[in-house]
Amino acid sequence: MLKEKYDVIVIGAGPAGLAAAIEAKKTGAQDVLVIERAQELGGILQQCIHNGFGLQILKRDLPGPAYAQRFIDELAGLHIDTLLDAMALNVTSGRHVSATSRWSGFVDLDTRALVLAMGCRERTRAQIALPGTRPAGVFTAGTAQRFVNIEGYMPGKRFVILGSGDIGMIMARRLTFEGAKVERVLEIMPFLTGLTRNYVQCLMDYDIPLQLRHTVKRIIGNDRVEAIESVQIDEQRQPIPGTEEIIPCDTLLLSVGLIPENELSRKAGVSLDPVTGGPFVDEKMQTNVPGIFAAGNVVHVYDLVDWVTQAGWLCGRNAAEYAISERKRHGRRVKMKAGDNVRYIVPHTLDKESLAESVQRLQMRVTLPIEEPVWVEVMNGEERVTRKAELYVRPGEMVNIDIPQSAYDAVQRASELSVRVIKRQGG
Amino acid sequence: MANTKHDVIIIGAGVVGCMVARLLSRFKLDVLLIEKDSDIGMGASSANTAIVHAGYDPKPGTLKAEMNVAGNRMYDQLAGELNFPFERRGDYVVAIGAEEFVKLEGLRQQGLENGVPGMVIIDGADVRRREPNINPDVSGALWASTGGICDPFAVAVAAAENAVVNGVTLLTDTAFQDFIMEGTRIVGVRTNRGDFRSRWVVNSAGLYSDVVMHKAGLRPEFKITPRKGEYYVFDKAEITINNVLFPVPSATSKGILVTTTVHGNTIIGPNALEIEDKEDRSITRVGMDEIWQGALSLIPSLSLRYSIAEFAGLRPGGNAPCANPNVKYDKDFIIEIPKQVEGLVNLGGIESPGLTSSPAIAVRVVELLKDAGEKLEEKPEWNPIRRARPRFRDMLPVEQKLLIESHPSYGRIICRCENVTEGEIIAEIHAPVPARTYDAVKRRTWLGTGRCQGGFDTARVVEILARELGVSPLEVSKKGKGSEFLVRPTKEKEAEQC
Repeated sequence: MLKEKYDVIVIGAGPAGLAAAIEAKKTGAQDVLVIERAQELGGILQQCIHNGFGLQILKRDLPGPAYAQRFIDELAGLHIDTLLDAMALNVTSGRHVSATSRWSGFVDLDTRALVLAMGCRERTRAQIALPGTRPAGVFTAGTAQRFVNIEGYMPGKRFVILGSGDIGMIMARRLTFEGAKVERVLEIMPFLTGLTRNYVQCLMDYDIPLQLRHTVKRIIGNDRVEAIESVQIDEQRQPIPGTEEIIPCDTLLLSVGLIPENELSRKAGVSLDPVTGGPFVDEKMQTNVPGIFAAGNVVHVYDLVDWVTQAGWLCGRNAAEYAISERKRHGRRVKMKAGDNVRYIVPHTLDKESLAESVQRLQMRVTLPIEEPVWVEVMNGEERVTRKAELYVRPGEMVNIDIPQSAYDAVQRASELSVRVIKRQGG
Repeated sequence: MANTKHDVIIIGAGVVGCMVARLLSRFKLDVLLIEKDSDIGMGASSANTAIVHAGYDPKPGTLKAEMNVAGNRMYDQLAGELNFPFERRGDYVVAIGAEEFVKLEGLRQQGLENGVPGMVIIDGADVRRREPNINPDVSGALWASTGGICDPFAVAVAAAENAVVNGVTLLTDTAFQDFIMEGTRIVGVRTNRGDFRSRWVVNSAGLYSDVVMHKAGLRPEFKITPRKGEYYVFDKAEITINNVLFPVPSATSKGILVTTTVHGNTIIGPNALEIEDKEDRSITRVGMDEIWQGALSLIPSLSLRYSIAEFAGLRPGGNAPCANPNVKYDKDFIIEIPKQVEGLVNLGGIESPGLTSSPAIAVRVVELLKDAGEKLEEKPEWNPIRRARPRFRDMLPVEQKLLIESHPSYGRIICRCENVTEGEIIAEIHAPVPARTYDAVKRRTWLGTGRCQGGFDTARVVEILARELGVSPLEVSKKGKGSEFLVRPTKEKEAEQC
């Protein structure tokens, strides 16, 4: 059962979100909720079935799902709420979160601190403006990875990979395992853009050629990719005429970079760095919006998941501390509630300590006129804090009542004070 | 179904064919609409600038001019009946520098001759006030208040759905091969799916309208020359131009626009490159550079960094002389019942402003049939209304909440950029004109059109299509047979299945 208000809500249950939620809870946050759009926790790690995770912080070489499982197990022991298969639709700067899923329906939640951990997305064919036709068989490396490792289907037989990013190289090896032919990896830059260890373990070991300073000039094929035309480029990234080559293939995989995913951040008024594509953050991983924190690939694209987990820990700790201090600050305040025949009261809240300084005046209007003597009473539940007599009340005339300093103790016991205006029967 | 006799067969389910089908569904006729592709509207109808033109562009006296202005007038009622997105927000022809400004008056006069209401020429300062991002050298603009924008595929599919609900039979993946003739009378069509007989055939084959009419021995000199137009689409979170901005037109083209869409994305394009191949919708580096330069001359502050998609469409440009011998023009629409053969309504060269003209062309087709002695008796049960299905992203939170309560599948977001839900996808798969491919779902729901271009939704949509259509994921395609996404199960999956 979801609560209406949380100390910390984390959006995204990848490595950053899991670490943030765990650390927030350990730091003392009372209620923590993780919202995840997939049907299980772990984020993109679940489709990264290759090894190479955890060497830095766990001193072990784990596949992605096993790395994720350690944190999923830890989270399960901490009584952290989860909302799975759910999409956060909106986040406000006041930390109101709307989310939806088949199971929960449309939910509105408030939180004292919010952690953005939505990760990143892959750059697409369109963002690099690849010319040619638009057939089936052009996939981002991550989409292909999902098809192969999660859904259990091969998206092609004969591949060309554009971009020497890590996911592309890892997929080259994975597809080769599955009996597919990877013709070539093309890289527009004069250097490898992924990790050297992936080049050695995924390309060299399987004799998959890497061509630096090469790109795709156009895609060929109307229904399904039939070939791509590759071309070498010069220092100015201009194609060198005469170096074109038609490479027959049925699939083109794109591993051409990642971009932090900040649609929600934007809705909350979080300022984004045009260079990283992620929020501007301080040393606490707090954004420009107080109480909204961010961690992991949503801030900038990391090379190793270990560092993402670390960023999540830091962020979760600070989010929890923010929530705890918010709670304390709010704990000192008492809400004013309009009772019988009172339309509204100003101020709406009162710092309990303010009575130590001076008398506190409340101003209000009544709903209906009472043309006979009345009591204006300030109540804490059934306990009367103070009262004042009036000969009559009318909606057109404002009513004042002072809470005397002598009521200090009574006010300390209250979380809410109501004011009512009632007839002075026999009194 | 083969060999049953229809009253009318319509060849080609583009926006024109769909409009004709919808209007014919009003009468007591057995109408068959055939389409060679896997879905309706896959040609020019779904890859264009999405503008309902005011009508100042076509040469006065041409069918193009007449149909444009008449069609434009019909759009409000049409959008009301068929519930497709349409905004009559007006358009601007923007003049840069003194020389171009002089040409605006000529364009206005042409509009007046065509019967276009609500045009006015405004000065540069006024243009800058209305569109602050405009090129500072702007000298003025022709403002045409009746110009509009729409979702062109939505127009076509709404008309097709309404036609089907009113009794029209739609067959996709059904390609015209030849006419069946008895002497000079057309009595049916031969297709890849057998013969279909009918009293009338309507040629609304778009890019292939020349091929179709040649099969009937008509207008051997008529030729469709595909004119390719390429476009960039921008991220709506980064770039918003809220107007429809044309440059001053050249002799061959209306030029490269910067325009908003009913989906909120700014798009730029098209160029105009005549080609031979009727299926070549490839994007070219040269073309992209051309439209980029064109767009910059209107809005210098655009940035390519925020481009999220590129596409190309083919205009089915013809070479038919204007029927009025006093008007010198040789790219006019053909809308006729030719005398040489019987039983054919022949349409050809319906390029831009074909989308705008389509409802008027449908009316003209009905008039021609009446003139030919066809007794068109109205069906009392004809229902002109096609209701819109829920669009999650356009709803208020309180409406979303209620929708999810009654239909939980609307609570599952499948496209994160455009907030398209599983419920919407399922509804389109089971609609009167069903979506059976990824692109068909995309055109109807607008999923996969945002920043990630399907990176998130593709695997999920494949799964939903397979489930709802009762087929293997291996059979799910992007746009019909031959464009399947997946080739075989992985070794592990195969082992599981054994």
